[in-house]
Amino acid sequence: MKKIRKWPAIYLALIFIILYAPILYLIFYSFNSGGTMYQFEGFTLDWYRELLTDTRLLIIVLNTVIIALLSAAISTIIGVAGALAIAYARKRRVKNTLLSLNNVLIVSPDVIIGASFLILFTMIGLKLGFVSVLLAHIAFSVPIVVLMVLPKIEEMSTSMIYAAMDLGASRFDVLTKVILPYITPGIFAGFFMALTYSLDDFAVTFFVTGNGFTTLSVEIYSLARRGVSLNINALSALLFLFTIILVAGYYFITKRNEKPNGMGVRQ
Amino acid sequence: MKKLIQALAAVLIVSFALLYIVSGLNSSQGYTSGNTLTIFNWGDYIDADLVKKFEQETGIKVIYETFDSNEAMMTKIEQGGTAYDIAVPSEYAIEKMKEEDLLLPVDHSKIPNLKYIDQRFMDLPFDPGNEYSIPYFWGTVGILYNTDILGDKKITSWNDLWDPELKNQILLIDGAREVMGMGLNSLHYSLNDKNKDHLTEAKEKLDGLTPNIKAIVGDEIRMLMENDEAGIGVVWSGTAQELMWEKDNLEYVVPEEGSNLWFDNMVIPKTAKNPEAAHQFMNFILDPENAAQNTEYVGYSTPNKEALKYMDEETTTDERFYPDEELTARLEVYENLGKKMLAYYNELYLEFKMHKK
Amino acid sequence: MRTNSRNFYLIPYVLWIALFVVTPLLLVLYYSFFDIEGHFTLENYRKFFTPVYLKMTLSSFWYAFLITLFSLLIAYPTAYLLTKTKHKQLWLLLIILPSWINLLLKAYAFLGIFGTYGAANSFLEALGIGGRQILFTDFSFIFVSVYIFLPFMILPIFNSLDELNPTLLDASNDLGGSSWVTFKRVIFPLTLDGVKAGCQIVFIPALSLFMLTRLIAGNRVITLGTAIEQHFLVTQDWGMGSTIAVFLIIAMVFIMVLTGRRKRGIL
Repeated sequence: MKKIRKWPAIYLALIFIILYAPILYLIFYSFNSGGTMYQFEGFTLDWYRELLTDTRLLIIVLNTVIIALLSAAISTIIGVAGALAIAYARKRRVKNTLLSLNNVLIVSPDVIIGASFLILFTMIGLKLGFVSVLLAHIAFSVPIVVLMVLPKIEEMSTSMIYAAMDLGASRFDVLTKVILPYITPGIFAGFFMALTYSLDDFAVTFFVTGNGFTTLSVEIYSLARRGVSLNINALSALLFLFTIILVAGYYFITKRNEKPNGMGVRQ
Repeated sequence: MKKLIQALAAVLIVSFALLYIVSGLNSSQGYTSGNTLTIFNWGDYIDADLVKKFEQETGIKVIYETFDSNEAMMTKIEQGGTAYDIAVPSEYAIEKMKEEDLLLPVDHSKIPNLKYIDQRFMDLPFDPGNEYSIPYFWGTVGILYNTDILGDKKITSWNDLWDPELKNQILLIDGAREVMGMGLNSLHYSLNDKNKDHLTEAKEKLDGLTPNIKAIVGDEIRMLMENDEAGIGVVWSGTAQELMWEKDNLEYVVPEEGSNLWFDNMVIPKTAKNPEAAHQFMNFILDPENAAQNTEYVGYSTPNKEALKYMDEETTTDERFYPDEELTARLEVYENLGKKMLAYYNELYLEFKMHKK
Repeated sequence: MRTNSRNFYLIPYVLWIALFVVTPLLLVLYYSFFDIEGHFTLENYRKFFTPVYLKMTLSSFWYAFLITLFSLLIAYPTAYLLTKTKHKQLWLLLIILPSWINLLLKAYAFLGIFGTYGAANSFLEALGIGGRQILFTDFSFIFVSVYIFLPFMILPIFNSLDELNPTLLDASNDLGGSSWVTFKRVIFPLTLDGVKAGCQIVFIPALSLFMLTRLIAGNRVITLGTAIEQHFLVTQDWGMGSTIAVFLIIAMVFIMVLTGRRKRGIL
C-alpha cells in the first residue's frame, strides 16, 4: 500500500477539485464588475455591498436556514423511529411494504409531491406559509433519513440487544443505551442528508408556500428569468464561506474536547 | 446518546434564535402591518424601484411573489390558501381563469389612467370590454440571430431556419405552442390550427429541423444568446430587446410568414384581500411616466400610448418591437384551444423532442 | 424489541406514512383514472404502452443506470480513501458541503464552464485536443448528474466502510489473500449494505430527473420526470402525469424488492 500512496492523494484531490469547481466559478464571478457570469471585466465589491443593504434577501436566507434546520431535526427523529420499526418488523411482507411506502416520496417527482401536498393542505384548511413549508420539508426528508439509518441498524447484531436485556435492561434502556449510540453515525448522516434535501428543494416549496414566505431556491428560480444577478453569487459565496468556517470550527472544537465527532464515527 | 441530545438542543436553539430575528426583521419592514398588497408576477417582470415608489406614495406594503409558468400560477390560485391581490397571466390563461370563475371584475372608474392605453390593446377577444383585465405588456415571438456567427446570412422567415448550413445553431424556447406554432407558421397554417393532418404535417416538418437544433431551453436562452453560444434563438420579443440593448451583434426579426402576438394583463384573483389597493396599483403602473420606466427595465413593449413619449425614440419607432398595424395583421393571438386539443399539441411536441438527431 | 414496545415510537412514523405517503399515493392513483376533461377512463394506461412512452421509460432507465454506475465507480474509491485520511469526518463533511449550494446556481456555473468559450473548452484547446461541443450532450448530462448525486453515494458507503473491523483485513492478509482477494471476498461483501443504500438513493431519483434534462441536456434527454413535469405544469393533464407516476412507483417497489432478495441470498 505504501508504494502507491501518491495515487490516492491525487485521486482525492481530483474529486475535490471537480466538486468545488462550479462553486469557485460562482465565487470568482461574484467579484465581476461586468454583471454577468462570463467575461470577467474587472474587480468589484459592489455585489457584496448591495447584498448587505437588502433586508428582504436576509429574511429569505434566514427563513431557508430555519426551515432546513428544523425540518432536518424533526424528520431525523421521525425517520429513526421509522427505521427501527422497519428493521424490527417480524414479517418480511410487512417490512417490504413499509420500505416501499417509505420510498414512494423519493421516487415521486417533485411536482407531484408539491401538487398533492398543496391539495392536502388546502383540504385540511392549513394556511400556506411557514408551517406548510416546514411540514412539506419534513415529509420529503423522512424517507432519506430512514434509508441512511436502516443499514446501521441491520448490521448491528441482535445478540447485543439480548445481552443487554438479559442483564436486566429495560426496553427504554436498550433503546437509549445500546441501539441509539450504535447507530449515531447513521443518524448524523441522515440529518445532513435531510439538510441537503431541504436546502436544495424548489418545486415542492413553490407549491406549498405563500403569504409572503419564500425560501432562497424559490427566489433564485424566479430570478433566473434574466440570468441570475451576481448578488446571488455574492450571497452564495458568503453562505459558503460561513458554512466552511462553521463546519471546520465545530469539528476542531469537538475534536479537542473529546474523541472525534461528527458523522461516521466509530463508537 | 448525550451527543445526540446535545446536537438536537443546539439545532433547536439556533432555529428559535433565528426565528426571533426574522420576526423582528419582518415587523420592522412593515410586512405585518395589515395594509399590504400581494402581487403574484413573473420573475423579474417589474422594476423594483417602482414598487418602492408605490410603497412610499401610498403607505401600502407590497409583498412580491413570483411564478414561472401560467399553469403553476393557476394551480396555486385555484387551490386557494393564499390571497393574491394582483396576478399577471397571459391572455389564454385569463380566458381560462374567467371560465373557472377565478377573477374579480375590474372597476374602471378607479383607474383613470386607463385612458392612456392604446385602443388597439383594449377590448380584445380574450376579455371583451376589459371586464377582468388591464393590459400590462405585450410582445411577439421571433428570431434573434447573431451576425458575428452567421456572417452575411439574412434571416427573414421561419423557413430560413431549415437551411442545412445552420447545423447545430438553433436554440428553441421550451414551449409546446411556440414550437408547434413555428412549424404551423412555416407551412402557412394558423397558430390555432385544429386540423390534425395539418398538425402532423407540422410535426414532421419540425422533425426535419432536428439536426439544426442545438438545444430546447427555458429562460437560460437569454444567457446563452448573450454568451454567443448559438447563432439563432427563437425568443420572445422582450428577451430580444433586452439583449440588443446590450449587444450590437444581435438582430431580431418577426418572421414574414407570421408569428404570435401575446399579451400579459393584470387581473384581480377572486381570493384577493385588498382589491382597493390592487386598483390603486394598477392605476399607478398605468401612469405614463411609471409605465415608461417599467418598460425600460423589462424590455417588452408597453401598451401605454402616452408612455412612449417618455421613452427613447429609437426604441419606440423600432418596427420590430412596436410593429405597425400592417405587420400586426400578420400576427395571431393564441386562442384557447380547449383541453383536448392542447393535450394533442403537447403530445406532438413531446414526440418531436424525443426525435433523435 | 418485541411487540408492545414497538408501538410508542411508531406513532409519528405511521402518522407520517398515512398523511404524506398514502394520501398522495391515493390521490395519484385516483387522478390516473381520469382524462383531461375529468371523465373516468383507462385511456391513460393504454397510452403509456404506446412506443413514445415505452421509449421514454427505456431511456430513463438507461440514463439512471449509467448515472448510478458512474456514481458508484467514482464514489467507492473516494469513500475508501476517505476512511484512510487523518481527519476523515472533516473531509466527509467537505464532500457534502457543495450540495448545499443551490442546484440552479451550480447548473448555471456548469453552463459557463462547459460553454463554447468556457473553461473546459479552453482547457481542451490548451491540451491540443481542440474545442468541441460539450454542453447539451449525453456526456455533460451524465457528468453533471453524477456530480449532483456523488455525495449521496459516498455517504452510505463511507459509513459502512468505516464500520469495517480492521482485524478482518489483517486476518485476510495473514492468510495470504492478495489486496484484490481481500477486497472481493472481505471488504466488498461487508459494505454491500452501504452500496445498496447508495444505489437506491441515486437510482430512484435519477429516474425522474427533470431540471437538468433541460438546463444541461437542452431537452435532448427526455426522462419520465420531464414528461410528468410537462403534464402537470404545461398540459395540465394530471391524469397522464399521474399514470406515469404510478408506473414509476411500481418500478421503485420492484427495485426495492429485488435488492431486498439479493441480500438474503448473500447473508
